[in-house]
Amino acid sequence: MSKKYELRLYVAGKTQKSITAVQNLKQYCEEHLKGEYVIEVIDLLEQPQLAEGDQILAIPTLVKKVPEPVRKIIGDLSNKEKVLVGLDIRPKL
Amino acid sequence: MPKEKAALKSKKTNLLAIAKSPTGISGLDEITLGGFPKGRPTLICGGAGCGKTLFSLEFIVRGAEEFNEPGVFIAFEEKAEELAANVASLGFDLIQLQKDKKLRIDYIHVDKSEIEETGEYDLEGLFIRLGHAIDSIGAKRVVLDTIENLFSGLTNEGIIRAELRRLFQFLKDKGVTAIITGERGEKTLTRQGLEEYVSDCVILLDHRVNNQISTRRLRIVKYRGSLHGTNEYPFLIDDEGISVLPVTSLNLDKPVSREIISSGIPALDKLFPKRGFYKGSSILVSGTAGTGKTSIAASFADATCKRKEKCLFFAFEESPQQIMRNMESIGMDLQQHVDKGLLKFYASRPTLYGLEMHLVAIHKAIQKFKPDVVVLDPITNLITVGSFSEVKSMLVRLIDYLQQEQITVMFTALTLNNIVSEQTDDGVSSLVDSWLFIKDIEINGERNRGLYIMKARGMHHSNQVREFVITSKGLDLEDVYLGPEGILTGSAREAQILLEQTGEVLHLNALNRKDRELLRKRKVLESKIESLRSEFESMEEELNKIYDDENIKREVMSNTRQTITDKRGGQAKEDKQQKTNPKLKK
Repeated sequence: MSKKYELRLYVAGKTQKSITAVQNLKQYCEEHLKGEYVIEVIDLLEQPQLAEGDQILAIPTLVKKVPEPVRKIIGDLSNKEKVLVGLDIRPKL
Repeated sequence: MPKEKAALKSKKTNLLAIAKSPTGISGLDEITLGGFPKGRPTLICGGAGCGKTLFSLEFIVRGAEEFNEPGVFIAFEEKAEELAANVASLGFDLIQLQKDKKLRIDYIHVDKSEIEETGEYDLEGLFIRLGHAIDSIGAKRVVLDTIENLFSGLTNEGIIRAELRRLFQFLKDKGVTAIITGERGEKTLTRQGLEEYVSDCVILLDHRVNNQISTRRLRIVKYRGSLHGTNEYPFLIDDEGISVLPVTSLNLDKPVSREIISSGIPALDKLFPKRGFYKGSSILVSGTAGTGKTSIAASFADATCKRKEKCLFFAFEESPQQIMRNMESIGMDLQQHVDKGLLKFYASRPTLYGLEMHLVAIHKAIQKFKPDVVVLDPITNLITVGSFSEVKSMLVRLIDYLQQEQITVMFTALTLNNIVSEQTDDGVSSLVDSWLFIKDIEINGERNRGLYIMKARGMHHSNQVREFVITSKGLDLEDVYLGPEGILTGSAREAQILLEQTGEVLHLNALNRKDRELLRKRKVLESKIESLRSEFESMEEELNKIYDDENIKREVMSNTRQTITDKRGGQAKEDKQQKTNPKLKK
């Protein structure tokens, strides 16, 4: 279970934004972090108490737990460059 | 049909009355006529340090403690522990309340550096957290402090604005009474200029420094569907939380009393035919420096305590110890009343805080002690911290409140020997029910005090100037002597009294002399009568004697004649018998 990247994606129900975010995330990970990642999708409608732990405000939010530092990326992850920078896969230009 | 009508009517009254959620903050419920709109969002905005967080927190805590309405506090600025520590000094135990499931504090941290934004998003996460927090303790009250932090953490303003609108709707749908706090903006009430439009009630807090004295004020900017006080109301944050001062009651329907209470000076009571002041009235004692205003006030307080009623003495000039010592010199023991808890002093320097704060503090002290009589000595010292009009408006409010509570109040006011400050008195005088005026009367190198009643509403009163005397036995009033030279007071009056006494002695003396003269005259007369009588007696005697002599003479002469006749002849014997016979007949 100890992968290089531990990612958590918070969504609320099956909204268009959530679906897009999940799709985008999976696509980027497959492209750049193949075999090195694990994604946990949390639906806050089912587990609202989990929102507090990661200080979730916006939906969808992607939280990079590992490696440190913890980063949050909010939105439907449509901007690939920003996501990759946010995940420290690509250095900020 | 009639049933329907009744139903319609009741529905109508339901529509008219907005449900309100009492805040429990002292004074605020009076201004808002019952509290914040129930089940709707209220905005509290203001600059830094004006008490927004405390206001909202007190709303939550009072709700949980007093109204059994659990609350959620969403903190964007401070962590739960920090909040708990901040308000512990006010006696709010946030930790215990959280354990009792009456309060839930959620700290929401928004850090721009941790967040990257890509594409579309919404704040559903916040909604879910809020909804979860509300549902977990069945909250009826919610505070969001300070919502603007969202704007600093997130860059897409368009989304946030839209989401804020949705948030207000969400809170309404949840049926919670919510408070949203916001920083004051440049031109609008809040930075974003949005919250004030979507809130049903907007309260603006303000912190102003005037003459180096800071005052916090509160104003209700809007309140949909409800009457409310529109003024700026001062509020005080002290060790018991917030107290807002309901500046003036909205209507003038105070109860009145016909009960009379004594002033503590019997001679002063006598100036009123009812022997005192009305209970619940306001009395102004004004005069120049050193005319004994404090003594009158203290004597009033003393009389109150002797009736076993409570008196609260606000001293703005002297310390309680000083007053007590000074009053001992005129035979008044105030310490015993303090020991019994009937008399309480509240001493503070006027410059301690602003006028409004004084008023709030006075209010609080009165509410706590529940006195029957309040003394303010002197009100003129308050002018040092506010303008005349401010002091006047403060007094109006104070008198208003005191009359509402049926508390009798005595103010003392210092007047100076110029016309300007007499106007000061005039300003206050229209507010008070009775006005005693003490003035200096300076004649013959002496300064004495003259007291008269300027006005006494609803009561006949003496129109005479009395001399006000302070002796070691207490206070008294003397009639001023109105002589041919005018008013006489002090030693001149005493001299006049002495003079009158001397005159009386002389007069008495004169009377005695006349009495004796009369007596003597009578004696003389009587002796004269006596001598006349004796003269008369002697004369009478003399006359009688002559008469007797005459008789004797005649008898003797007749006898002699008889004898002579007898001696002449026999006939003479018959004559003699005839003559003697008639005599016998007689």
